[in-house]
Parts: sequence; structure tokens; C-alpha cells
Amino acid sequence: MSASIRPDSVYFFGTCLIDLFYPEAGLAGMELLRREGLKVVFPQKQTCCGQPARNNGHQDEARAVARLQLDAFPEDWPIVVPSGSCAGMMKTHYAELFENTPDHARAVAFSARVFELTEFLVDVLKVRLVDKGRPVTITWHPSCHSQREAKVVDQPKALLGQLANVTLVENPRETECCGFGGAFAVRQPEVSAAMVTDKVASIEATGASRVISGDCGCLMNITGAAEKSRKPFSGTHIAQFLMERCHGR
Amino acid sequence: MAAEARVSDFTGKAHVALNDPKLRANFRRAMDGLMTKRAAQFADPEEWATLRARGAAIRADALARLPELLERLEANLTRNGVTVHWAESTEEANAIVLGILREAGATRVIKGKSMVTEEMHLNAFLEANGVIPVESDLGEYIIQLAGEAPSHIVMPCIHMNKGEIAELFADKIEGLGYTENVDELTAAARRALRGRFADAQAGISGVNFAIAETGSLVLIENEGNGRLSTTLPPVHIAVTGIEKVIERLEDVAPLLSLLPRSATGQPITTYVNMISGPRKPGEKDGPREVHLVLLDNGRSKVYGDTQLADTLRCIRCAACMNHCPVYTRVGGHTYTFTYPGPIGKILTPQLEGLDCAGDQPHASTLCGACAEVCPVQIPIPDLLARLRTEAVKPSSDAVKGGGSSATLADSLGWAGWKALYSSPALYGLASRALGWFGNLMPASAPMLRTWTAVRTKPKFAAKSLHQLAREKGFSHD
Repeated sequence: MSASIRPDSVYFFGTCLIDLFYPEAGLAGMELLRREGLKVVFPQKQTCCGQPARNNGHQDEARAVARLQLDAFPEDWPIVVPSGSCAGMMKTHYAELFENTPDHARAVAFSARVFELTEFLVDVLKVRLVDKGRPVTITWHPSCHSQREAKVVDQPKALLGQLANVTLVENPRETECCGFGGAFAVRQPEVSAAMVTDKVASIEATGASRVISGDCGCLMNITGAAEKSRKPFSGTHIAQFLMERCHGR
Repeated sequence: MAAEARVSDFTGKAHVALNDPKLRANFRRAMDGLMTKRAAQFADPEEWATLRARGAAIRADALARLPELLERLEANLTRNGVTVHWAESTEEANAIVLGILREAGATRVIKGKSMVTEEMHLNAFLEANGVIPVESDLGEYIIQLAGEAPSHIVMPCIHMNKGEIAELFADKIEGLGYTENVDELTAAARRALRGRFADAQAGISGVNFAIAETGSLVLIENEGNGRLSTTLPPVHIAVTGIEKVIERLEDVAPLLSLLPRSATGQPITTYVNMISGPRKPGEKDGPREVHLVLLDNGRSKVYGDTQLADTLRCIRCAACMNHCPVYTRVGGHTYTFTYPGPIGKILTPQLEGLDCAGDQPHASTLCGACAEVCPVQIPIPDLLARLRTEAVKPSSDAVKGGGSSATLADSLGWAGWKALYSSPALYGLASRALGWFGNLMPASAPMLRTWTAVRTKPKFAAKSLHQLAREKGFSHD
């Protein structure tokens, strides 16, 4: 799938975290694609990319779950993912996960079809957004895997930059990890707590009333800590935020 | 004296460090400064990409031919008059160093900075055997006075601030009162060390790169103490790991461009020493004997695994720890062993065993900040993931202590996870049940408690995205 070809149909991989905790973010992502005139297909067989098992040393379990995803997205359409972390896993780790297995070739082909949502909106669809919302000041939180695995850095800011009434204040510590790290938050709870406390303070210092991110893992961590310490900002997934702005809510 | 068996206690030590506001402020300030300086050095992303690819290739090529290059290194060093010693273990390396000192009748030793001698616990060993080693690198001198281990591989006393050093010096250096004036503190150390350089009977140093084709040892430093330690005393003993060899003299330039810029944000160190043998007839200075001790200590085992061998590319610049959000908060002593930070998290479990340091590969969010700045492109997060796998399901005997973290609860838990997420029907049922009942789980439930200590409880949505997609008319095939 060449990045320059605009397809008629796309698959949407919702991610397990969005499925259970933030379905409205996933739905917004699908709406953003549908309003560009694409047929958006959400395979009901999909579950999880397999990253939790892979990152905890259980390659066999990760492979079994990843294999189900290989089966669930059979057509040669782009697979759009509203998470840099899951997209990073599917783009960069499937080849090694399926190495020396009969599924290796199709895993590599699958990886080549994976796009992080904002990457797809900007690089492939070249969307133009019209901001109908009230003035608001936000800050951006890039997930580590989005920056460093999926290599999606400029696209989300390009989208936010299209919104006339949105002021984006940069967090000087933007690129620093929020301390989520999946099982890390449970295995090293105190280190994780220290990291998220610092992250929340750095967001608060920007003066933004909302933090926008492309990853719900980070958002669960950051907004959870902000709520608990009653910070004056909320957190929203970028898909949901963009849909809000387009509808003037 | 062999180092006593130690076991990593990352969680316990992190708890102590996190509750020490002074320590945390010291690290945060220092790491912020180092990150800023490094970023200024590599402002041009293309130059950075090209240079680090070159650095990675030099190190990878050298490792690919490690046995051959080590033989060439030994032959050329020998030709230059340097005596080469091979040590399988740290005990052997310590015994070799002591043997050389005894042969030379040396009991007073001046030391340049060397992490390998820290790995050997050489100072304690020498002291127990009647030799007095004095550290001459200012940072190392400070922690030797304090009786501590380095907390950083480039800046060993980075965990201390000016006030703490002032107190230490006032207490330990005769005739010096309490002063926070950095020039006065440095001058006091210089005065104390000068005599030690003069009366040392042997000098011990580390090595940054060992060049196979010329048989020379490269040593970089900023204080001139490295040059004094290696030229003033009659005997010089260099100690290094077997992985530090590179093939050609011309390989040095790109690596020297990467190392100080990555480490301290300096374009080059103040001193670059090229040591190519003892004093020759007619020369007025230099030691009369030069020795190189090449330490294995588990490195050839690391070398035996094609993926894990990437660990050995490391040129010890410390950029990984300078940029690590975990290291910055817990400091170097939390890692128990010699090498802290991301490089330590991959190296220590391989040298010491996953049974001793199995918690270290997990003390990471896999954020990848380390790999992003590594000048030789070590894929640290991938190696962390690999070591996590070796700890529960060893692929072979690649890593000492492999399989030591395997528990029934862990394997049952992941078997259950796999059953759930590889069955769409089962997953559908479970996600519905969680939507209905998941939020009834109290915030004080065992797994949730660690999360809710500083965060609110995550809320399961009433309907999953699977359900909403169906309801909103999104096709499923």
C-alpha cells in the first residue's frame, strides 16, 4: 500500500483499550474517515495487537493473539489504528514475532498496511478541517511509541494546527514518558507515580485547559492522575477532539 | 576478596530514592543540563543520522570479527612492548593486577577513571591486599572519600550537590574548612592529589578504544589525571573489557566525535591520549612497563547470541541514562550493580544473571528515549523485551539465570489472556460483562490499588466499540 494512493475502503483496528474504556474515541476516528468518503470496515473478530504479552516476555501468547488479527483483516486495505502504541507494535514488531513461522510473509504484508490514524489523515487523505468550536487552549502529549516506534511526530500537530480557534501551547517536557508503560505501572508503581505526577505538573504549567493525545494508555494515566489531584485540565483523544471541533461542540 | 553475591532490589531502592527530594533534584537538574548540551551538539539531524550510522557500523563490524581483532590487538601490543593479560573473571583480573603490582613492589597506586575496575571491585580487593589505590578523577576521588560507588558511568558523583561535596571535603581533607566555592574545592582536591601522583609506584587506567591494527589504547579525559596516571608512575596497567576493540586507527575519529558529544555535550574532551607502549630508549618520560588486562566476565556469553551481542557495541557515553525518565528519578545507586540506567538494565542481567537482576529489564516503560540517543544504535527496548522473555521462557541457555522468573501464576495468567483475546466469541462475552459489572470493582482491589494510589479508577464503557460500530452501521467485512 503506497502512502500516496487514496483507497476506497479502509479497515479500522479499534485497540483493546479503546474498545473497553474509550469507545467514543474509536468511534470518532471512524467518523473522521467516513466523512472523507471512505468505506470504513470494523471487523468484529478483532481483539488486541498482542503487545501486552510481547512486552512481558510471552511471545507465544502474543503471536496467537496477533495471528487472529492477521486473519481478521483479509483484504488488501489500509488498517487504520487510533493509537501510536498499537500501530507501532503492528508495524515494527510483527515481522520478528512471526519470524520462522508460516505466517511470516503475511505478517510483513500486514505491517505494511498499518497506519496510525493521524498519519493516515494527513499523509494519505490530506484532510482539511474547518474549526467550528469556541476558542480553547490545549497542549499535546505524544506517546513514546507514537514518536519512536510508529514514527508519527508532525502529523497530529499538523491537524491541530488547522484548527483556527485552537491555541496549542507546547509542553517543554512533551517528549518525556508519562510513566504508564503497561505492566510497568503495576510492577514499579512508585516510579510510575513519580513520572505521571511530573507529567501532570508539566501539563498544568502550560496553562492549557485540555491535553490532547493520540494514545489512550497515556490518557488513562495522565487524566487519572490529574483527576485524583484535582488539576484544572482534562484529557481527550485527538480523534474525539477533532470531531468535536468539526461539529462545533 | 571476591565481590559478595548481590541481588537487585530495584523496587526497594527506588522507594528510598524517590523519597529523597535532594537526590531527585540533583539528578533532575544534572540530567536536564546534559540533555540540553547534547541536543546542541547534534542540532543537525542529518549529520547525527549519518554519524551514528557510521559509529554503529564500526562497532558492529569490530564485534563481528572480535576473536580475530583481539588476536591482532594482542600481537601489535606485544610488538609495541605492552604485556597483554587475559582474564576470564573479575577474580582473575584482580589477581593479575595484584601480581603485576607485587612484581613491581608497588603498594601506592594512582587510578584514572575506569568502570571495568568498578565491575571488578578492584579498590576493595587491593586495599584488602595491602595496596593503597587513590582515585584521581575528581568525581571518582569524591566518591572514594565518601565511600560510595559511582551513580553514573561518566559523572560518578552526579548524585551529590555542591553543599554535600563541601561537607565531605571539610570532613576528609586536612586543613580545609567548609567552602562551597567550586574553585577552592577543586584546588583542595588538586593539592591533595598532586603528592599522590608523585609518589605513586603504579598507575591504573581504563581504555575507551583499543585499536587492533596499531596496537594502541585510546583514553579520553578532561582533567589531565588520565595522562598523569598513565605516564608518571613507572608501571601502567590498563584494564578493559574484551569488547572495546576496534579495527583501524581511522575508526577512532567518528567514535571520538560521537562519544564526548553524546556524553557531556563537549565537542571533544580536553585530553585524548593514545598510548602505544612503554618508554623507549632515549625517551625522557613514560612508564617503563605497560600492561593491558582484557576482561571477559560474561562478555563472550553475551557475544554468543546474535541479538544480545548488540549490547557489546556500547561505548559507555551514558546518553541512555542521561535521557532515561526512570534513571532521572531514581538515580544510579538504585541499580545495585556497576552499570546503571538503560545500558545497565540490559548488561547487568547478562553479566550477573537474570536470577540476580531479573527485575531490571522490567524497570522500564520501553519508552525508547535511550535508543533514540544511542550513538551506536543499540536497540535497547528490543533487548529489554528479549531479556523479559528469557526470564520467563528461555529460548536456550543464552542468558545466565534464564527462566528464573517463571511462575505458575504468571504463566496461567498469560494463558488466560491468550484464551480470551484469541477467541472473538469469548472476548465478546467478557467485554459485555465488563461493561455491565467491571465498574463494581472497588478501587482498593489488589491490582487496582497500586494504580489508584495516585490516579482515579479507569471506567469501563457501557458499550464496547465492537457494539457501537455495529449500532452505527459500520460494516464488519
